[in-house]
Amino acid sequence: MPTAEELRTRIERSIPGSSVAVEDLTGGGDHFRAEVVSERFAGLTRIEQHKLVYDVFGDEVGGPIHALSIKTSTPEMAR
Amino acid sequence: MTNEQIRDFIQTAIDENQVMLFMKGTPNEPRCGFSARASAALNALDVRYAALDILPDPRIKQELVGISGWPTSPQLFVDGKLVGGCDIMMEMYESGELAQLLGVEQPADEDTPDAPEAGAPESAPLGLENRLG
Repeated sequence: MPTAEELRTRIERSIPGSSVAVEDLTGGGDHFRAEVVSERFAGLTRIEQHKLVYDVFGDEVGGPIHALSIKTSTPEMAR
Repeated sequence: MTNEQIRDFIQTAIDENQVMLFMKGTPNEPRCGFSARASAALNALDVRYAALDILPDPRIKQELVGISGWPTSPQLFVDGKLVGGCDIMMEMYESGELAQLLGVEQPADEDTPDAPEAGAPESAPLGLENRLG
């Protein structure tokens, strides 16, 4: 069962320079919320930004990770 | 019904409905909190939309993900294009972008809809389940 910490590490590794906070919404290890701040999102649509995060986990989203709620922003937006 | 027929049905639903929501359950009986919020947002904007329950057959989700490349539900399509899932819909609802995209007025009450509202009578779910089997 994935942990919030594990998800955070994987997102940070896949999206270099990102700053990530992950919360396990239910404590059950299957519903998570990830807030990701990265320069990498600049110029991308929301769909493209969220897909970058989903892509970190591939088939696991919808599988072991039942739900992954995502909020993305660039450092400029987060400031 | 073959996988190909299901895929064609989904593609046709996307092409033929200006506002098309794929969700777990129906707008009147959502079966997931995210789907409930998504349909409640559309109800709050008072737009006419079509909804399809992806739960009756696992192949519906499988084919939908194949078309959209988006792994989770709900999924909202407007004018044939994927707008996003629950998170993006909520962000766009709160900022007024969703109302703008759909060409409607933002409701005066800007609270985020968090519960499904009682029936949107025009938003009848598409009956794919009736054609399965």
